[in-house]
Amino acid sequence: MILLFQQILNGILIGSVYSLMALGLTLIYGILHIPNFAHGNKYMWGAFISLTLVAVFKLNYWLAILLSMAILAGIGLLVERFIFRPLQDQPHINSFIAAIGLLLLLEGVAFALWGGEWQRFPFAYRQNLNFFGITITLHRLLVIGVTALLIILLQLFIKKTTWGWTIEAVAQDRQGAQLVGVNVYLVSSMAFAIGTALAAAASSLVAPIYLVYPAMGSLPLIKAFVVIILGGMGSLPGAVIGGYLLGLIESLAGGYLSMVYADLLAFAVLVTVLAIKPTGLFGKKAEGT
Amino acid sequence: MKRWSLLLLILFLAALPLWLTAKYPLHLLIMVGIWSIAASSLNLILGYTGQGSLGHAAFFGIGAYTSALLMIRLGFSFWLALPSACVVAALFGFLIGLPALRTRGSYFAIATLAFNIIVTIIIEHWEDFTQGGAGISGIPKPHPIPLPLIGKIAFTTMAAQYYLVFFFLALTLFFIHRIVHSPVGKTYQAIRGGESLAESLGVNAMANKLVSFTVSAFFAGLAGSLYASYHGFISPDTTNFHIGFDLLIYLLVGGVATLPGPIIGAVIMTLIPESLQFLLEYRIILYGGFLILVVIFLPRGLVGLWRASLWPRIRMRFPANQR
Repeated sequence: MILLFQQILNGILIGSVYSLMALGLTLIYGILHIPNFAHGNKYMWGAFISLTLVAVFKLNYWLAILLSMAILAGIGLLVERFIFRPLQDQPHINSFIAAIGLLLLLEGVAFALWGGEWQRFPFAYRQNLNFFGITITLHRLLVIGVTALLIILLQLFIKKTTWGWTIEAVAQDRQGAQLVGVNVYLVSSMAFAIGTALAAAASSLVAPIYLVYPAMGSLPLIKAFVVIILGGMGSLPGAVIGGYLLGLIESLAGGYLSMVYADLLAFAVLVTVLAIKPTGLFGKKAEGT
Repeated sequence: MKRWSLLLLILFLAALPLWLTAKYPLHLLIMVGIWSIAASSLNLILGYTGQGSLGHAAFFGIGAYTSALLMIRLGFSFWLALPSACVVAALFGFLIGLPALRTRGSYFAIATLAFNIIVTIIIEHWEDFTQGGAGISGIPKPHPIPLPLIGKIAFTTMAAQYYLVFFFLALTLFFIHRIVHSPVGKTYQAIRGGESLAESLGVNAMANKLVSFTVSAFFAGLAGSLYASYHGFISPDTTNFHIGFDLLIYLLVGGVATLPGPIIGAVIMTLIPESLQFLLEYRIILYGGFLILVVIFLPRGLVGLWRASLWPRIRMRFPANQR
């Protein structure tokens, strides 16, 4: 019984990462219709920047996370403006090839800046908490709590503010939004900045639990793709629910079967779902290339 | 005139090992040949049929593993293992294409990427069969071909390996050329132009995409098989999806949906980083930056640039050249 609860807690923790990643991806997909393959490497950049801020500049952990989010949001703005906006009117395949170029570029630059070694994050809340025989470190609990807070804040932002409404409007109908005077470019920049900042938040939060290294983003990225295909590309609630669900399934499968199968599971589910319903579980219409 | 220049090119390539005897340049040329075959296979499905596969490293790796395992475990000759590897890769292409090709655009890219990752994980963990992360070493070179009167053709020298790879590259290009310029090829290009439109004209898009994907996997398997026997060592890294990304770069830089494009891309992207040795560590930055710049400023690659603006200009200046 205790093992089960431990696995569920672990599942929620992993699910937090998947949810934040999937939210960013799906936000960008909803506005720009780009499968942003570089998202995993922005996740990795977020972790390295926080690590540098804490280790070299001796910054407070939470301040480092905020700064890292801001820096990544800035990078997101540049990427949207100088790479994806010029490609907007070209065939869809060009954007996703550019995203792969960006993936390689970010990985290479990270390698040059921070080296290829696995690094330990120099800070973590190491206290152990006990509830009814279940042990959890304070840090894991904080990750789960802060992620929930970020998800709620994003939801409030989109549902309650005018800026949020413009995002929703553009996601629903780009031309319609333009007709009623929404600045579509501004919305695209905003979606990219928020999505990228969420990736930085996810990686900076869990970096003290796992390790930091240049290839750390590839698995979360691909899992996040699985999540948003299952939850419907462009759907925010789908990303959150799908993220936690995948985290729980993997954690339980990992606890009771083996870790290898847990990793395979996500991809096998994805291929099966696409075989049955080519536009994903909640996808609405097919898109052309 | 085009025929003559082609013949000249073939003669030049055939004569290359006569004066280029050093080991390293020949090694580079062999690798360029193998990557050209793989990139050309991707060209068929991505360039001509318009389906962006990100899983071609899986077919490359399946070809490599099939021929290596057949030769080492069952003692197959290379000449039997190579076609078997192509057929097995094609079979996987068919089986994966069946569900994956029902999806379009980004979904297809992600589905093939997921398939690629599954293949890598399975090869890494199925240790009894594939020797896992340790990889397979000591893969034999092709057996000599006995010839009456002359003796036999052995494949121990670099020059012989070079001829072997270029023979298969020529074969691949010949087949892709014939496919692309046949009515089937026109159908593929119609599907690339618009799947629904092609279907409205009575084209069975799914069946055509499936054949294109299967043939494409066949040639990716061929490249993998050649790689395994040339290199003598393969590991799960041989199936890593990054190889598929590299193929995409060769294709894009050279020119999508052109016959020489993948080869020009493979030559440039292999030789430039080699000539800038100090950059070797940062090669990936160069690759990524190149890819972005090419997609934004040269979406049809170098061959596209040549055909669209350079060649017409040269012809205008020297009208005598015209025939």
